[in-house]
Amino acid sequence: MKENIAGIDIGSRSIELVVLNGCGPPVHQVKVPTTFDPLAQCRRLMGEVSAGRVVATGYGRKLFADFAEDMDVTTITEIQAYALGARFLFPEARTVLDIGGQDTKVISLLTNGKVGKFEMNDRCAAGTGKFLEFMATALQVPLESFGEYALGSDKRIQINSMCTVFAESEATSLMARGEKAENIAMGLHLAIVQRTLAMLRRVGMESPLVFAGGVAHNVCVRKTIEEQLEEKLLIPENPDMVGALGAALYGKGLQPGTQ
Amino acid sequence: MSTPHDAMWEKLNLDLDAHAGLLQVLGKFYGDIYMSQTGRLKGMEYLDFVLSEVHGLRIKELQDAKAQGKKVIGTFCVFVPEEIVLAADGVQVGLCAGAEAGKDAAEKVLPRNTCALIKSFVGFKLSRLCPFIESCDLVVGETTCDGKKKAYEIFADYAPVYVMEIPQMKNACDRELWRAEVLRFKDKVEEVTGKSIMAPRLREAIRLVNDRRKVLQRLNRLRAASPVPISGRDALLINQISFYDDPVRFTEKIGHLCDELEEQVNSGKGIVPKETPRLMLSGCPMAVPNWKLPYVIESSGAVIIGEESCIGTRNIRDLVDESGESLDDLLNAIVDRYMRIDCACFTPNMERMDNIVSMARDLKADGVIHYGLSFCQPYAIEAFKVEKALKAADIPMLSIETDYSMEDVEQLKTRVEAFVEMVR
Repeated sequence: MKENIAGIDIGSRSIELVVLNGCGPPVHQVKVPTTFDPLAQCRRLMGEVSAGRVVATGYGRKLFADFAEDMDVTTITEIQAYALGARFLFPEARTVLDIGGQDTKVISLLTNGKVGKFEMNDRCAAGTGKFLEFMATALQVPLESFGEYALGSDKRIQINSMCTVFAESEATSLMARGEKAENIAMGLHLAIVQRTLAMLRRVGMESPLVFAGGVAHNVCVRKTIEEQLEEKLLIPENPDMVGALGAALYGKGLQPGTQ
Repeated sequence: MSTPHDAMWEKLNLDLDAHAGLLQVLGKFYGDIYMSQTGRLKGMEYLDFVLSEVHGLRIKELQDAKAQGKKVIGTFCVFVPEEIVLAADGVQVGLCAGAEAGKDAAEKVLPRNTCALIKSFVGFKLSRLCPFIESCDLVVGETTCDGKKKAYEIFADYAPVYVMEIPQMKNACDRELWRAEVLRFKDKVEEVTGKSIMAPRLREAIRLVNDRRKVLQRLNRLRAASPVPISGRDALLINQISFYDDPVRFTEKIGHLCDELEEQVNSGKGIVPKETPRLMLSGCPMAVPNWKLPYVIESSGAVIIGEESCIGTRNIRDLVDESGESLDDLLNAIVDRYMRIDCACFTPNMERMDNIVSMARDLKADGVIHYGLSFCQPYAIEAFKVEKALKAADIPMLSIETDYSMEDVEQLKTRVEAFVEMVR
């Protein structure tokens, strides 16, 4: 039996772990919330598996590397992890979109799979998963069904603000005007999609496009992006696992361009 | 804690407590970013010393010069011709404006969405934190951008401000405007210093400033070596210090450092391994103590090999022709040299694109990081053209927009690390 190789993606909202052994599918994959103590969560996850080598990614990668001094830990950025993971799942991929808990990344891949260019949102979390979470709470809809809920709209209204705080006050004034909650939800989704499309244009998007990260679970965001781009998105079965998978693949020495 | 300079600072009307706090933060910051480096050259000890005495011995020197009747002239921009100040036996100091201290005070008189550099110089003055500003007999502003231009109007309520008009294009009429501005500045300097500028002294001053430019050019050429013999942080510090140190002493000391660097290069030694990705910085100036982005870059597994910036090549690339006979010839040579500056305040400024591409090639850069200060429109807009020019030359570029605060350091690290992974 070959040695286990683990990839761990410590994000702002959740932590994912993928364990590979040889060339087959992951032998283990799990997702837990980050909580206020990400290290404790990592410790718990790592306690359940044995791995000869660990590759950490996500904003908590350095924290993890410092804690796991006794393990063979390498760190890579989310950009590289998502590029590797998406390319592995969809070898034809040319652009990767990852909307996570507090940032959005757009990665353009060269024909050989290497990262050609990337864009990330700046310091604020506008247009990310956090935005949707906040707005779902404001409309008292569970986050998991927020996309479905928005698809129940009967007209498209425009929400102009991308700032989470301003968008909420815009939504509040729409509610005060008697606007249907589903329509407001749709407007909020459209706001995210518009921002995402602008980022895609900035990197010079080429098809096909892989949509990964937690927000790829949201059916409304998926549908509206497809509608606006007039093309089918490639969506992994486990979109939030792509970073951890990419990290594990990196650990196997599967560097971009050498696949 | 009291220091031997307290009396001097008090005389300069500094806010002593706040100033002590600033020096403490600066010292710690310097320790973390500079003293933590390994394998630094002996020649850098001079820079460590100069920086540790930035508000101490150097200010003492300025006070001594003033006691001898010399005038101190502060500047914020590489357009102000130092040759003219030196020819009138004055001392020119570049005012740094690279720290956030004083931001709250600045935001009382300036809009919040003003660039960090402008807020910094206004903030330092209002908070009485900068002994350089307090030592100045004249502070020279310039019209490089709307933010600075309008901020000097406000700054003039607090300091003896004089503003030079910088042309925005490079046609014959623009040169005429600039020539008139250089002559007006000469008159102003003569009035402030009480000295007449004559050809022999001006020629001597031109040589002196050219010598400093030449030694910095030499430093940059040495950085083309692989492995590179000096860190980008240290090279930036040298460029920063060149703005306020005594020019003769500085040139001599950096000459010695270059000798040492040359030995390293000849024996194939570097500050980092040969395969370390080589990145070049381009864009807005990084004033003392704005070492944030260089530190992020050099702790992400890359090394900086050049600064296409006012605190970098924009200040030293061109020399003033020394051959002129008459005062008029020499002044014209100054006018021409300064008109060649490729600041983003010019339009269409295509020479900057060419300069960036050839610099990246000469220094064998694996990529370029374009640095723009938030709200700096000229550089932010020009970043798109820079990217296009670099793309045509097959050199990757990452565009970063940030300010002096530390709140975005983690996000910056991710982007810079991803860029390093990309160019490796």
